Amino acid sequence: MKQRVTTDINAGPKRLSADVLIVGGGIVGTSAALALAKAGRKVVLLERDLCGSRSSGINYGGVRRQGRSVSQLPLAQRAHRIWEGLSDLIGIDGEYVRSGHFKLARSAADMQALEAYAELSKPFGLGIELISGERLRQQCPWLGGAVVGGSLCPEDGQANPRLVSPAFAQAAQRAGAHIIERCEVREAGYDGTAFSVRAELNTGEGRQSLQVRAASLINCAGAWAGKLAEAFGETVPMFSGHPNMAVTEPIPHFLPWSLGVEGGSIYCRQVSRGNVVLGGGRGYAQDENRARSSHDAILALLPQAVDLLPALRHVHIIRTWSGVEGYLPDRQPVLGPSSTQDGLFHGFGFCGAGFQIGPAAGEVLADLVMHGRSDIPIDAFSIRRFQSTLPVADFNLASEPERKIQ
Amino acid sequence: MSKLSPIIVGAGPAGVRAAQTLVAHGLRPIVLDEAPRAGGQIYRQPPPGFYRSKKKLYGFEAGRADSVHQDFAALAQQIDYRPQTLVWNAQPDVLDIMNTTTLAADNIAWQDIIVATGATDRVLPVPGWTTPGVYTLGGAQVALKFQGCAIGRRVVLAGTGPLLYLVAYQYAKAGVQVMAVLDSSSLSDRIAALPDMLGQPALLMKGMYYMAWLMAHRIPLKTHARLLRVEGEGQNKHDEHVRAVVWRRESMTAAEPAIGPEQTIECDALGFGYALRSETQLADLLGCRFGFDAVQRAHLPERDKAGRSSVPGVYLAGDGAGIMGADAAELAGERAALALLQDRGVQIDTARADKLEQRLARIGAFRKGLERAFPFPHKWAELADDKLIVCRCEQISAGELRQAARDNHAQEMNRLKALTRIGMGRCQGRMCSSAAGEILAQACSIPVAQVGRLRGQAPIKPVPIGMHALKSASAPVSASPSTQQTASVFHVALAAGEDE
Repeated sequence: MKQRVTTDINAGPKRLSADVLIVGGGIVGTSAALALAKAGRKVVLLERDLCGSRSSGINYGGVRRQGRSVSQLPLAQRAHRIWEGLSDLIGIDGEYVRSGHFKLARSAADMQALEAYAELSKPFGLGIELISGERLRQQCPWLGGAVVGGSLCPEDGQANPRLVSPAFAQAAQRAGAHIIERCEVREAGYDGTAFSVRAELNTGEGRQSLQVRAASLINCAGAWAGKLAEAFGETVPMFSGHPNMAVTEPIPHFLPWSLGVEGGSIYCRQVSRGNVVLGGGRGYAQDENRARSSHDAILALLPQAVDLLPALRHVHIIRTWSGVEGYLPDRQPVLGPSSTQDGLFHGFGFCGAGFQIGPAAGEVLADLVMHGRSDIPIDAFSIRRFQSTLPVADFNLASEPERKIQ
Repeated sequence: MSKLSPIIVGAGPAGVRAAQTLVAHGLRPIVLDEAPRAGGQIYRQPPPGFYRSKKKLYGFEAGRADSVHQDFAALAQQIDYRPQTLVWNAQPDVLDIMNTTTLAADNIAWQDIIVATGATDRVLPVPGWTTPGVYTLGGAQVALKFQGCAIGRRVVLAGTGPLLYLVAYQYAKAGVQVMAVLDSSSLSDRIAALPDMLGQPALLMKGMYYMAWLMAHRIPLKTHARLLRVEGEGQNKHDEHVRAVVWRRESMTAAEPAIGPEQTIECDALGFGYALRSETQLADLLGCRFGFDAVQRAHLPERDKAGRSSVPGVYLAGDGAGIMGADAAELAGERAALALLQDRGVQIDTARADKLEQRLARIGAFRKGLERAFPFPHKWAELADDKLIVCRCEQISAGELRQAARDNHAQEMNRLKALTRIGMGRCQGRMCSSAAGEILAQACSIPVAQVGRLRGQAPIKPVPIGMHALKSASAPVSASPSTQQTASVFHVALAAGEDE
């Protein structure tokens, strides 16, 4: 049997050293690990649970550029090229299809907003087509409700996050990254020459302490990344969000595109197996690490689904779920170098929209570690944008080793 | 602060006795039950207009069944009884329910709740098990009890557990030709278990009576019987049907070398099952802590002797919390109700509570004996062929599960689910997860306790998207603090568009 991700550390030393230590095994962290390992860097990645089991694994599975802020489009375009070669990169197709993403307008004002976005995003070449009137009715006989038109991005699509995100971790491991699951960071600091992180590995039988030293540190800890940033004196106004997701039993194929609605509310897609995945509203936190879809949100989502797709009226919901996603108030991620500590890089807070751009964010982080710069403009995602709200005294602490992580 | 009405989910023997006890102490519980009439699976009542006698329906259990039915009927004016009601979701303060006939959705605020959700068969698949004409033992019994139907004319019954012989007896008594009873366990298992079982001589005698009766009626009883496959026939898949069951003598528990020749039994139906598994989804959604129970080989919600779960206000009773049988369910239902009353500050008869706990402990010892008498077929997983379909909803084979364990390092049930779709179909793992756990443990060479269990996710059973939401006017539901907080935070943020 092959080397097991979760237990191979038992055989090795309790102290590890690496060029780069990555905290967090979501799609961003594992993409960074993959890129760095392929470039020959010695990588250790610590994941508290299982790689791709949190927001990278539980999300809707939209692979969408349309609707993103213009500041994210260069990143999204780079990701678009990565997704194109997904099978070669991670070894599976992950049910990725460029099915098209169709964003609906329910009013003239919404349609105008879609037209404005199509114009705004034109320089990036998303290939958006606006559809309304007779053509809408001909192309979308399955649509109900008061839809007046929509915006189709034909090369946007969908994939199965349950498969894609863990596969990035496996690909990174095959490329030589040392991936350690069920391993939670307890303390992190910079001792003047290297980062020093103490973590605790859950071996199934007990807990084992682990010390990792590395020249660079990448913080991809998702909804929990704020704590690691805080250990280096960078306080970010992060909060958790919990998507409300549901899926139907499999039904014959009728829905060609992934659907969204201008202004939010509901989104849905039909997977290759035939199930319709629906999202909308918010789940609730059971505790810091777990969330469930909520009673109120499910009951709000179901009538909307019937309204949008009348064929779903008699179809059964077989499962609902949620998860914990990291959010920032301006709905943009933090991506780039730390403002307090050289060698530390952040990639977190993707606000429930990190699946498509995650692989590109990972590559950008790898570029930053290796070359100190990235071709992709990321100034809009700098952690410095939150600094004005912070007292100055919180800084200049970064050279102090071993600050506790709660 | 006035408390809401206590809620009882399930109107089987545990739920009925719980309701009776609460009423006797002056409370008016809400009783939610999926079935149209009370009694649970074991004392399931036929639809109105069916007039088979209780003696015919329940045999030795007629007296008990009658008492459960009568006592529940007598409560009619003192409880809020809602039959045909599926509880499909639970949150810390609210249950989501749906009427299974009108499809009307509603919700009920709760403060304390007795979970008496019962059990279904534990299924260990065999090649051909999805052929029309194959039923679980429990399903075969329900067909007979509910509408007086048999699953076939010439029926083979297989698996292990006391239910195997009971169903064989009931089927033979009803005039069905029972071609054979194929038990994976052996007579020596039964003899080894005798010391544990002697504490409940009446239950033991009942079991022995069924076997003796079957033998006296020349029904072949085979032990150490390993089901090899079910064979079907038919022109196409629309009229395919069971034609025969193939088995041989082979121990499923021990490394016994003697393997007999293949034998084919022509039949038109098979009922099979390997003891029962608890329906624990509601306890899970209510947040109860689970632990692995080695005797029952299952992850079960933890409870104290009185039935208190790890969550204040949540009480567990009957087979839904661990298989103890119907007699124990009646006792546990009453004991859990007394615990609820105690926790509400109501004076109860503590001597009665002690006595119930003692009687439950004795039945518990007998249960351990039963597990020895009808041991789990430990070799099932290693004998399962890679081609064997484990998940019938999603057509996932044992080989695919093993591959995920081998190539993708899946060592835990939820990861296995994410990678293979096991448990992602209509049954949400209710039927397949026991078997899948066995395959995963075998593939990883780890104890089955270590592979964990599938996380509970609403809905407990599928609900139609178009169920109308009839909001209950009398009991407005307050969202939990976390929900309120999250909702307000996201009211603005959501306007940006859909998530991924």
